[in-house]
Amino acid sequence: MSTDLGLPVTRSGVEGVPTYDGPPQTGKDFTSDQEVRWCPGCGDYAVLKAVQSFLPQLGLRRENIVFVSGIGCSSRFPYYLDTYGMHSIHGRAPSIATGIATAREDLSVWVVTGDGDALSIGGNHLIHALRRNVNMTILLFNNRIYGLTKGQYSPTSETGKVTKSTPMGSVDHPFNPVSLALGAEASFVARTIDSDRKHLTAVLSAAAAHRGTSLVEIYQNCPIFNDGAFDAIKGNDTKADAIIPLEHGQPIRFGAPDSSGLGQKGLVRDSETGGVKVALVADVGEDAIIVHDVYNPDPTLAFAISRLTDSGYLDQSPIGIFRQVERPTYDDQARAQVTTAREAVSGTPAERLAALIGGGDTWTVM
Amino acid sequence: MPKQVKQVDRVIIRFAGDSGDGMQLTGDRFTQESAAFGNDLVTLPNFPAEIRAPQGTLPGVSSFQVHFADHDILTAGDAPDVLVAMNPAALKANLSDLPTGAAIIVDTHDFSDRNLTKAGYTANPLASLGDANDQLGDFQVFPVDLTGMTVEAVKEFGLSRKDAARAKNMFALGLLSWMYGRPTETTIDFLARRFAKVEDIRDANITAFKAGWNFGETTETFMVQYEVKPAPMAPGVYRNISGNLALAYGLVAGAVQSGLDIVLGTYPITPASDILHELSKHKSFGVTTFQAEDEIAGIGAAIGASFSGKLGITSTSGPGIALKSEAIGLAVMTELPLVVVDVQRGGPSTGLPTKTEQADLLQAMFGRNGEAPVPIVAPQSPGDCFDAAVEAIRIAVTYRTPVMLLSDGYLANGSEPWRIPEVDDLPRIDPAFATTTNHVVRTNDDGTEETEFWPYLRDEETLARPWAIPGTPGLEHRIGGLEKGDGHGNISYDPANHDLMVRTRQAKVDRIAESLPPLEVDDPSGAAKVLVVGWGSTYGPIGAGVRRVRKAGFNVAQVHLRHLNPFPKDLGDILGRYDKVLVPEMNLGQLALLLRGKYLVDAIGYNHVRGLPLKAAELAEAIGHLVAEAEGIEVDLTTPTPEGAQA
Ligand code: SF4
Repeated sequence: MSTDLGLPVTRSGVEGVPTYDGPPQTGKDFTSDQEVRWCPGCGDYAVLKAVQSFLPQLGLRRENIVFVSGIGCSSRFPYYLDTYGMHSIHGRAPSIATGIATAREDLSVWVVTGDGDALSIGGNHLIHALRRNVNMTILLFNNRIYGLTKGQYSPTSETGKVTKSTPMGSVDHPFNPVSLALGAEASFVARTIDSDRKHLTAVLSAAAAHRGTSLVEIYQNCPIFNDGAFDAIKGNDTKADAIIPLEHGQPIRFGAPDSSGLGQKGLVRDSETGGVKVALVADVGEDAIIVHDVYNPDPTLAFAISRLTDSGYLDQSPIGIFRQVERPTYDDQARAQVTTAREAVSGTPAERLAALIGGGDTWTVM
Repeated sequence: MPKQVKQVDRVIIRFAGDSGDGMQLTGDRFTQESAAFGNDLVTLPNFPAEIRAPQGTLPGVSSFQVHFADHDILTAGDAPDVLVAMNPAALKANLSDLPTGAAIIVDTHDFSDRNLTKAGYTANPLASLGDANDQLGDFQVFPVDLTGMTVEAVKEFGLSRKDAARAKNMFALGLLSWMYGRPTETTIDFLARRFAKVEDIRDANITAFKAGWNFGETTETFMVQYEVKPAPMAPGVYRNISGNLALAYGLVAGAVQSGLDIVLGTYPITPASDILHELSKHKSFGVTTFQAEDEIAGIGAAIGASFSGKLGITSTSGPGIALKSEAIGLAVMTELPLVVVDVQRGGPSTGLPTKTEQADLLQAMFGRNGEAPVPIVAPQSPGDCFDAAVEAIRIAVTYRTPVMLLSDGYLANGSEPWRIPEVDDLPRIDPAFATTTNHVVRTNDDGTEETEFWPYLRDEETLARPWAIPGTPGLEHRIGGLEKGDGHGNISYDPANHDLMVRTRQAKVDRIAESLPPLEVDDPSGAAKVLVVGWGSTYGPIGAGVRRVRKAGFNVAQVHLRHLNPFPKDLGDILGRYDKVLVPEMNLGQLALLLRGKYLVDAIGYNHVRGLPLKAAELAEAIGHLVAEAEGIEVDLTTPTPEGAQA
């Protein structure tokens, strides 16, 4: 999978954030002195390492980066980064981050959340952040289970899942986070995998560069309560068939390579359902294969592609950037209104306050 | 025939009609005219929760009561002297509030069988005026075809009958303005501005207003004009102001005085939405208003803004506070400045959205998990909402804490003349952002020090922690809802540390009392044995009740609390000086419970939860009973001075 996503951006997500111009920084500079307390083998470690080593590449001043999280295993994340951070309350991180991003253009704002935090208790805040397109990056760690509360099914767990709270199997139908985000008018939606540092870093880089809300779903293994949930897309023998790689401008092909070196399988339009299906390239011809376009203003095709994610055990999943379109951000516009209003008035704040409270119909008592 | 002019010292008028009849506007204009004339006044709007309840029915009745006087008054009055009723339902719904002898000006136009039935009348009460079975025999009734005359007066503008009839409220306003000698210019200017874009409607309203005035002057129905002289007031520039407007201005003032920009994160809710509407107009003061997806997101954004160095504010009513509780706890734990405005309404649950109540005090005090102390500030009158808002910001910023600002529906929509303060007289508030590290890790051999930033190292005087905002190099830190280690602020599950931190957060809130001025006890004779303690909007009724008791020649003391948490330091001593303590509240005894718990005082409750302000006369009786008990005397409030009833 290519890691150079090579995507042009007209206005960067970090524009307005002061850049760092001191001696070169490393991941160490972004590592706090707190002991990391996840279970051994947890996928969170890999993501933390990737983020710590990615942050220097952003070239921003450390003090202008803020990580906000909710509640859950992954939400401990901010404690381990030597930036500003807030470990908030369950599900509410997007709303707190909205306040931060709106208040301060000069901050790079990141949200760390999980499948329970973002999609269950905080579902409302997630969809509204995406709809508003607040300039921030949301890292949604999806381990398809509740870890911190010790192993109940989550809103992304497959139907029938047997857990502590569902001894006879869960009867809940799961969310597909990417489909949900696309339906919520998200301007940037991507999916990546905890163990693929290169791809993860490339997606983080594109997400940070995107101005607006970037939703990055990260498949994250929980070895304690849901081990092996992503084995098919991680296994060397299985991943070629399990991962549908999304690369802008490339035909979407996967599976064992054919004589041309490209995957034998590809995605084609399905005239019966109006959606997208998997076909053998040999059967349909190369020209029938969908060429991935992250800039497509219409999210329909991206949504159709997202539906190829297995909702049961994950044997197949599209991975990469689904959608990346430009649309005015909430915070830029909210700040612009304040700036416009400020520029239209003169006088000191105290003078203007006196005029405000002294306005209306007044009378004087001598 | 020449008209007679009678001097009166105060009048209470209630305008009542269908929700669509424009009674709030009519009342508001009459109020502005009276304010401009120089009367003291207090208003009480009362309207249904439904935007347009079925026309002509009792639930659809909307009213506006204004009490104006030639002296300082404290309440909107217990009972109207004059009722203006625009339809049968308005007459029926308000009749039981009228004292014997009250005047009723009633629009006869809508007294059709259909409308009478809708209002629940089996017979037309106007048909039997003067008969033996006259239901309105206790009152002076003036039946006038207000609608008919309005339609006639505005004929020339060629409006539809419906549009023409809509100006009837201005006709009524004109008539009442004549009757009480109100100045008319402000209303004419107002109508010209309000309907500037629709000429015929503008002209019709102005014409109807003038026609109402002229009708008063020429008709033989009304032979008396009343004069209520201006009230003596402290020198200054005044305006009439409602509580929600004053509160919004107070928030802007606090922002200016602290140099902080406001971020209001909120969700629309009655009766608090006007604060959002007002603040959204003041972006030029650096105010950002965020209409969130729900109550929780509103406070979440405000907390995020406070973390970023802005003044986070969230505004709501009781049901919204319930939803925000967990987030308020986060602000307690993270010790960030935050103002939480609760414009209380009748509860529980959805309750009475448009009616007033004071039943969120214990929710404000205790409505969170764990030991989560939150300072509470409550305004006592519409104009006082301004000062209370500034005070809430002072406490929030100085002590790095969420502060609950408890207004209520009566203060929110009620209004009074307000002496506009001088900006120079407002307190200065210092955000005192942290800019440097504050903890020495070690001293090197060469004498240099290695330092770091500890986010929970406290100011000795206030116990406030430093407010270090993102963008400040070297002060990077993480905060959150998990228990903090004392000083360094890292996660700590240590039992002794938790005990210390719980006590420290409480001590910090208690410390606020050091910054409060002594309470002002109103005890003119110094001989009172009964003390009346109140908080919030009951200030007016309590003051009026106390005056009645005093005018009847008896002793009673009054103290009113602006700070409910912490209580002022001298409150305990004051309570101890009196034999009996009466606590009137629009709840079932919430302040009384707190006073009993904290001071072991036998606080006696006086409680009504009718969705309306307490009635001064009834309260005076209750105070009188207590005075009688405490002093072992007979108390009869009807003696000796007739002005006893004039508070
Ligand atoms: S419970 Fe699972 S997700 Fe949570 S820290 Fe342990 S391994 Fe990671």
